[in-house]
Amino acid sequence: MNEASLHTISLDEIEALAVGAWILGTGGGGSPYLGLLNLRRLYAEGHDVQMMSPLDLADDDWVAVVSNMGAPLVGQERLADSRSIARAVRMQEEINDIAFRAVMSVEIGGGNGMQALMAAAHLGIPVVDADCMGRAFPEAQMTSVAIGDLRPYPCTLYDPRGIEAVVTKVPSWKWMERASRKICVEMGSIASTSKAPRTGREVKDWGIHFTTTKAIRIGRAVDAANRKHEDPIAALLAAEGGKKLFTGKIVDVARRTTEGFLRGSAIVEGSDADRGHRLKLSFQNEWIVAWRDREPIAMSPDLICVLDSVKGHGIGTETVRYGQRVTIVALPAPAVLTTPRGLEFVGPRAFGYDLDFRSLFSPAEAGA
Amino acid sequence: MKRIGIDVGGTNTDAVLISDEKVVHSVKRPTTSDVTSGILEALQALRASPAAATHVDAVVIGTTHFINAVVQRRHLQKVAAIRIGMPASASLPPFCDWPADLAGLVNGCTFMLEGGHDYDGRPFMPLDIAGLKAAARQIRDMGLRAAAISASFSPLDPSHETAALDILAELCPDATVTLSHELGRIGLLERENAALLNAALNDLAITTVAAFRQAIADSGIEAPLYLTQNDGTVMQAEIATAFPVMSFASGATNSMRGAAHLSGLDDAMVVDVGGTTSDIGQLRHGFPREANAVVEVGGVRTLFRMPDLLSIGLGGGSHVAQNPVRVGPLSVGYRLTSDALVFGGTQLTATDIAVAAGLVDIGDRARAAKLPKRLIDAALSDAQRKLEEDIDRMKTEAGDVPLVAVGGGAFLVPDRLPGISKIIRVPHGDCANAVGAAIAQVSGEADQVFRELSRDEAIAAARGIAEDRAVEAGAERKTLKTVDVEDMPIAYLPGNALRVRIRVAGALAKPSVPAAA
Repeated sequence: MNEASLHTISLDEIEALAVGAWILGTGGGGSPYLGLLNLRRLYAEGHDVQMMSPLDLADDDWVAVVSNMGAPLVGQERLADSRSIARAVRMQEEINDIAFRAVMSVEIGGGNGMQALMAAAHLGIPVVDADCMGRAFPEAQMTSVAIGDLRPYPCTLYDPRGIEAVVTKVPSWKWMERASRKICVEMGSIASTSKAPRTGREVKDWGIHFTTTKAIRIGRAVDAANRKHEDPIAALLAAEGGKKLFTGKIVDVARRTTEGFLRGSAIVEGSDADRGHRLKLSFQNEWIVAWRDREPIAMSPDLICVLDSVKGHGIGTETVRYGQRVTIVALPAPAVLTTPRGLEFVGPRAFGYDLDFRSLFSPAEAGA
Repeated sequence: MKRIGIDVGGTNTDAVLISDEKVVHSVKRPTTSDVTSGILEALQALRASPAAATHVDAVVIGTTHFINAVVQRRHLQKVAAIRIGMPASASLPPFCDWPADLAGLVNGCTFMLEGGHDYDGRPFMPLDIAGLKAAARQIRDMGLRAAAISASFSPLDPSHETAALDILAELCPDATVTLSHELGRIGLLERENAALLNAALNDLAITTVAAFRQAIADSGIEAPLYLTQNDGTVMQAEIATAFPVMSFASGATNSMRGAAHLSGLDDAMVVDVGGTTSDIGQLRHGFPREANAVVEVGGVRTLFRMPDLLSIGLGGGSHVAQNPVRVGPLSVGYRLTSDALVFGGTQLTATDIAVAAGLVDIGDRARAAKLPKRLIDAALSDAQRKLEEDIDRMKTEAGDVPLVAVGGGAFLVPDRLPGISKIIRVPHGDCANAVGAAIAQVSGEADQVFRELSRDEAIAAARGIAEDRAVEAGAERKTLKTVDVEDMPIAYLPGNALRVRIRVAGALAKPSVPAAA
């Protein structure tokens, strides 16, 4: 492949990315708005971000994998600062004595879909058009690189007060989740993190490819339909081979915090073609299972997206509210997540539901 | 209990007198550019009726004056923005998401200092006292007369904002200061935006409220003055002077609250047909349903409590085009009484169509008599189609619901609409917004994170805080009711952390009961 095939991401594409990443967040990951503001500012200052294909990585290139970890509520008061995520990446370079070729997000969904671009703008390296989830998930071990059994350490965590922490070694991804979560809570339940560095070979083998362009494509389809006063959700489904599951209004939201997660359910009362039916959405940070009149009709890792029926924008599990008019759609999951081993990490049983995964999509319809 | 409600709109100033919940008299007068004389004329016209020339307990004014100032970029002053929360959030300074023209008008100087709190109430950083003193001196030297102070997590712990206020009061006493925690919820950027807008309206608020007071004094009425705020409840005039942003949505809210009062319905759809637009909203428990999304005011993102309204270009003054037949969205606006056919003008308006169809009898009916029936039918069905589509968009219930039609152009609403069980028209419906002002309640809100409490205990604690705030604002405690409650466990945080937001509202206490300021 051509080493020089770098694409400069335009600000228009970043605006679309913010819309698409929120939809791919499947209810989690927080709103990308603050990341968008950071990038508007960086672009106004003359920065720009290059994007490269994962296939153009050399086997021995090093790739940084970044995310902002913590509670969305804290993120509303300690606003995302592009320099923090860049510092977490620099820490990895210092402790490992390596130089990164590029940077990617651990999850394309929600605000974390913007973090890699913020780091890239400061570090002067490209983002890789890939991530490790193809959506958003609540836990550190719910990634393609964990499914691939790649090394889970070290992880760097940064707090702008000058607190820098490293989880040097753990025996498993699950332990990485537990150890890093403790540090994050002490930092004020928010931390800029750079996960275990990946080689170019690992990204080519285990990354979920072309998810940044996918999020941009989704945002563009939705925005274009809105501008033309057409149905943005129909545009999304046409562009991504998704399926409409249900249309209605939120009539109940029950939420509770257990084991450090947001768990609960939302009930949607059907309208239009779904009048007389109810859809229950169970969630753990992200939407996990959708039950139509008690029958499970969609489940993780297929993407369950709850959208504003008018604008087609994503609605989060923390912001879903009584009375909202919503349309629930499903998008196909990346293939690596639906393998038998992938389902051990992200299938319904990984979230405590005694269900066999049944996809709404045939293998031919599945994502990359 | 007798109260006068006044709505100062862009076109008309309406005034009503309410006695024991019933409308005694209502009048409509043109709004004047100085505001004061329009109010005075309306009050004099109201009091000319013998039934209304009585002692009143309170005057309540609803106005779009402050939101119009932001939208039209008029009468705004420069503000010193003080953000406390460094070194976090440094890349997104105050004004970072404002339209450039508005930021240019309002941004006097920006300071970003260490301090603020974390979600659990721990200090994030020690407050930078020396930095605040330097900022205060600079504000004084620059001659800035308004400042806004926003600290991280100040809705949970306001101590750094109040400490900063003390320093400014000492070193730059000429500056009026807005503290963000007094205005908003969790969400630093949106809360700070509200504080900045509020500070920018400081001088206008002082002169406007003084003009309101003058008009009332000139009319010979001796009663306390209240202004209505976004959620359909009132605030004392002194509070309104300090927090003009709290009145941003009061015009629309008052018409919905007035519709609820006049119809006796707590749950219904409402359409307010004015001269230029129709506003469609939904009443829940007697209050307008609030917007789900973040509300932008003049292009600035805020978390104000605003009613969820759909505004369409259809009103009594709407132009009627003939080929093809279309009603609106252009309107003759306040020139209706000179430009419309039935008022001797040459413009074909929705009002002329309604007169020709016999829906209403205003102006000179003979001047609309020659309109062809085909045109009348086509125009009415176009207006009906627009209302039908948008009322359905705003409905949040599947079944048929009642619709209350108010406003001067309510005659354009047909007697039947699909999805609507009944169209309700009420006496004084053309002054529904002034009625809404007259019957406005007093509210209190709490928005806080609780830990190590059961859900019920946390909600009860929040309700106690909200009720105390409502009583402080002038409510009678025994009338308080919960209007809205929302609880939200916080992902990732330990200790069953629960964010509770609750709002209570009740009747204004009788003036004989002294209300704490």
